[in-house]
Amino acid sequence: MLRSIAARIAQALGLILAVMCLNFLLIHLTPGDPATVIVGESGAGDPELLAEIRAQYGLDRPFVVQLVTYIGRVATGDLGESYFFNQSVTSLISARLWPTVLLVGTALSFAVAAGTMVGVATARRPESPLSHGATVLALVGFSMPVFWTGIMLVILFASTWKLLPVQGWHDVSYGEGMLANVLDVGEHLVLPALTLGLIYLAQYSRLSRASMLEVLESDYVRTARAKGLGERRVVYKHALRNAVIPVVTVIGLQFGALLSGALLVETVFNWPGLGRLAFDSILRRDTSVLLGVLMVSSVMVIVANLLTDLLYTIIDPRIRLRERSNV
Amino acid sequence: MSDAAGLGDVAAADMGVTPSPGAGGGVATARPGRETFRLFVRNKAAVVGVLMLAGVVFMTVAGPRLYDQDPKDIVARPLIGPGELTEARLGTDYLGRDVLAGVINGGGTSLTVAAMAAAMVLVIGIGIGAVAGYYGGWADSALMRFTEFFQVLPALLFAMVVVALFEPSMWTIAFAIGVVAWPGIARITRAEFLRLKNLEFVRAARAVGATDWRIIRKVVFPNALPPLIVSATLIMGTAILFEAGLAFLGLGDPNTTSWGLMIGLNRGNFLTAWWSVTFPGLAIFFTVLSFSLIGDGLQDAYNPKLRGH
Repeated sequence: MLRSIAARIAQALGLILAVMCLNFLLIHLTPGDPATVIVGESGAGDPELLAEIRAQYGLDRPFVVQLVTYIGRVATGDLGESYFFNQSVTSLISARLWPTVLLVGTALSFAVAAGTMVGVATARRPESPLSHGATVLALVGFSMPVFWTGIMLVILFASTWKLLPVQGWHDVSYGEGMLANVLDVGEHLVLPALTLGLIYLAQYSRLSRASMLEVLESDYVRTARAKGLGERRVVYKHALRNAVIPVVTVIGLQFGALLSGALLVETVFNWPGLGRLAFDSILRRDTSVLLGVLMVSSVMVIVANLLTDLLYTIIDPRIRLRERSNV
Repeated sequence: MSDAAGLGDVAAADMGVTPSPGAGGGVATARPGRETFRLFVRNKAAVVGVLMLAGVVFMTVAGPRLYDQDPKDIVARPLIGPGELTEARLGTDYLGRDVLAGVINGGGTSLTVAAMAAAMVLVIGIGIGAVAGYYGGWADSALMRFTEFFQVLPALLFAMVVVALFEPSMWTIAFAIGVVAWPGIARITRAEFLRLKNLEFVRAARAVGATDWRIIRKVVFPNALPPLIVSATLIMGTAILFEAGLAFLGLGDPNTTSWGLMIGLNRGNFLTAWWSVTFPGLAIFFTVLSFSLIGDGLQDAYNPKLRGH
């Protein structure tokens, strides 16, 4: 058990190392020599200066040496400098990390909780109108571009009905104080989180419905019913635990897609997270920030995957980590 | 095993794709294709999907000829609502361009890029999945580690980086989507190959001396097709959403009109001119929905037992 957890963590570290290598490759593959970019800015094309800058930044050293140096720097939290802000990429990213985590966390909790509830309710009555409605909703949710859904929700809730703020995450009108701050951010969070959550709500409801239908037909559920347990207890206490396992799998697998969706949602709502930062750095041609966001987001996905794998063993002790790593 | 196969692909998992128990397993009996076709056309949702897709393709191919209006021309004052002008039935955008002309002409880019990306996804995914599943052993482990690596990259962000570092053109965009979207197909292909490779008819082919390459191509692959066809349909939908997302962010091919780009460009005005973002978005929605409906219909037709799951 402990050994398999250690193996799983080692695997995650390997993936992080691979992401670092990819990032380094991308920097190298980028058209244009960084030295000429730096020299070009100061307006000189003199080869001596170029060589000096190459030596200063270590660009004249062999590829492998540069790669190892790069990995060493990234591992200690140094993701380079933003040439636009003249600030370290790490500090830029850490300022934007929290809003993204808040957005993704809220959307995911909403989607999992509501999706599982809808899934269980529809599995208990597979032919009811609610069940057919949920199937249609899942299809519709999957087919809408997330940025468009966001815009439509803004038009509806912020423009037509004027219930919620259009964009941003802070308003001066709220005043000072802890509570005012929480309410402020909370109100701004509703629409972006709903936009992002709706797609996954649709998918999780479909998934949990399918697995619930399967679990409800299994022998142990029949046994539980036969010994006279109430239907509610059978469904929520006995069946649900097994029925959520596929949902957990998919959360891990889809975390990257969820982050991608968050990037688009942040752009629509002007939410000051990593997505906005990536978007702005593309406009500013600030490559080191863009690659820093890619690095940090990939690590977030790897960690999320690791956590869902560990979560399995809590939900279902029968699942051995070793078995899963082979599939 | 079966759960990993079904859940490998993000899109496929949502649509409930699992490798078929017994679909095509073994020697073909009494034209199974015809039975699948009969089940497919009896499925109302699937037929609606086909009709919708036919409508979108017709609009994209014949539309520009029937409605002769350049989407880049300024035809009237900016931000005029739908129904107020005869020269722009769906209104004008922030520059005074015809929204209807944009919707009609925007599909070409989306569908072409999506088809190119989907082709790339299928080539990479099937290639890697087939080798991993058929040969097993260290090749399988290595290729699956490789696949896993691509699965943890946040797809859209990686595509953004690729397009931002190299110049945006239809090729780079299709390439960027293709590079990030193949792991699901690879996992499904691998699972099917693992399931099929030790069945009697494959052993028989091996016994009569067929080469590995021939067995993969002619014996195993045709039997692995059903779940792959379903996923390919769903991949088209995913690719269209991807292309739209990139174009919305301004990372599309700047020389073309596309639905996502229209929404992105009109983003600053959507509160005063809802029509300029709503109609292109509906076009994306219906196109993706048609692929989802067809994919679902195919899934049900190949696996009648799984209906409703």
